[in-house]
Amino acid sequence: MTSSAAVVRLEHLSKRYGQEGGALAVSDLSLEIPAGEICVLVGPSGCGKTTTMKMINRLIEPTSGRITIDGEDVMALPAVELRRRIGYVIQQVGLFPHLTVAENVAVVPRLLRWPAARVTARVEELLNLVRLEPATYRDRYPAALSGGERQRVGVARALAADPPLMLMDEPFGAVDPILRDRLQNEFLRLQAQVRKTIVFVTHDVDEAIKMADRIAILQRGGVLAQYDTPNAILAAPATDFVEHFVGADRGLKRLSLARVRDLELEHPITASEGERRGDLRQRLEAVGADYALLVDAQQRPVGWISRSDLQGDDPLTAEDATPGSPTLGPETTLRDALSTMLSSSVQLGVVVDERDAVIGLISVDAISEALRAPQATDAPATRRR
Amino acid sequence: MSEGEPFFQIGWVIDNVDMLVRRVGEHMTVTVIAVGAGFVISFGLALLVRRYPPAYGPILAVGSLLYAIPSIALFVLLIPITGLSLLTTEIALVSYTLVILVRNIVTGLRGVPAEVIEAARGMGYSDAQRLWRVELPIAMPIIVAGVRIATVTTIGLVTIATLIGMGGLGYLIVNIGVQRRFPTATITGIIIVVLLSTVVDLGLQALQRRVTPWARARQA
Repeated sequence: MTSSAAVVRLEHLSKRYGQEGGALAVSDLSLEIPAGEICVLVGPSGCGKTTTMKMINRLIEPTSGRITIDGEDVMALPAVELRRRIGYVIQQVGLFPHLTVAENVAVVPRLLRWPAARVTARVEELLNLVRLEPATYRDRYPAALSGGERQRVGVARALAADPPLMLMDEPFGAVDPILRDRLQNEFLRLQAQVRKTIVFVTHDVDEAIKMADRIAILQRGGVLAQYDTPNAILAAPATDFVEHFVGADRGLKRLSLARVRDLELEHPITASEGERRGDLRQRLEAVGADYALLVDAQQRPVGWISRSDLQGDDPLTAEDATPGSPTLGPETTLRDALSTMLSSSVQLGVVVDERDAVIGLISVDAISEALRAPQATDAPATRRR
Repeated sequence: MSEGEPFFQIGWVIDNVDMLVRRVGEHMTVTVIAVGAGFVISFGLALLVRRYPPAYGPILAVGSLLYAIPSIALFVLLIPITGLSLLTTEIALVSYTLVILVRNIVTGLRGVPAEVIEAARGMGYSDAQRLWRVELPIAMPIIVAGVRIATVTTIGLVTIATLIGMGGLGYLIVNIGVQRRFPTATITGIIIVVLLSTVVDLGLQALQRRVTPWARARQA
């Protein structure tokens, strides 16, 4: 899918509610958001993050300062036209209950008076993009959807007119933690395809770290405390406020920025069912290894075989293997990998590809090594790209 | 009623089918004009309230006051101004529909969830587009519910307008039935009014279901 992304610049932006002398909700905020990046505005309640976001599509008018999108002042266009060029996703989704899924997605294209055939084709494309089978979902009403399905329709609707910029206000805030995690992952996968510039508001620092290319941490009164990549913020918080806000476990949080595939994987000796015990014993002895990983015909892990158990020369069977090591994907974060290994009380995780075939091993030692060496995780450009 | 005559004479009904149909037509015409005019006025008032919410209190107060005036008293008050006319009838009938319709239209519009309004603004609907394409369709079930109550109420009230010569089926009930002491006409009139109310109410309900298929998905 071809699409464009916009550079967004906030220049000395301030917002004061009420009369002169009222408290500032946003104070002299300047930010530049590069094209195609996810910028997360995060902070405690009252920090002006939502106000800041809503000034971009002029749901709230700034008191002073200016906002440009690709160099064009947002005040240059009528607000209604500006908003049709900016995708918008909110926490409660706000699907139109009287319109079907397809009609909801088609809202902005229709406001822009696209020809009917183009609208229909675009709706199909978007439903496929958010993994909602068009034939199944097209004609449903929002009331007949689950929370996760609604959220996906909300994202498809925001993307409908292929806007270079999307604003997302706590988009995954109203769903349960398991679903939130899944929607976040789906959204990151989607973003890797569409590469929009995204302004994302959340109060959850873990969500900010997970989603962001850059995080803007705001404190009360809309004061910018730090604006940097997640890794840089976790490695070197600029102020006490930031340090406190990101939490005492920031070292551990940095682990969630690196993925299994960022590490050098170890490669186990593998054996197949039917192999003679004697042959395997010889192979293990040749490299001085104590264990082999038994895999099935599709290279999927079955379990471990210890060299000391290899008596005689009968063919190996699945019963000879001791299952135990958890399987991890290349996209699993090191934090999740470590947690999985600790909870199954083993030192090794088996890394498998999308067909569950073994591609390597990862050890607790390798992870702690990554935590010790800052450069191992200091590569935001390779995280998802 | 003379001695020995049956209380209800089915033969009279059969002999007077043409007249009954004409009366039903007249009754419905008066009703439709009243509800139609009432709706137009109430819609305007509801839009005023949407824009200036403080107007709601005074509008409801006046509407309730009009609703509280006994219909006969209202006719008596209006006859010196507008005479024994259709206009007098309609002014009275419309004034009764206002409080029902304004309340339901405003309640319907206010019932549109805040996040739907925010999404509509954020998507780039203009104010008028939002009203016509989002708020009114979503408010439709409550608005139609108001129209149903107003219509059924009006069908009942039209009978009273027979006192100034515009009563439709009221002519059967009062002029023929009561004044000429002919209970068959009164009973026939009442039955037809009740049937008419029921049929119209069910018809409007069916119409509402048809135009708001999404409202059923909610229960699904």
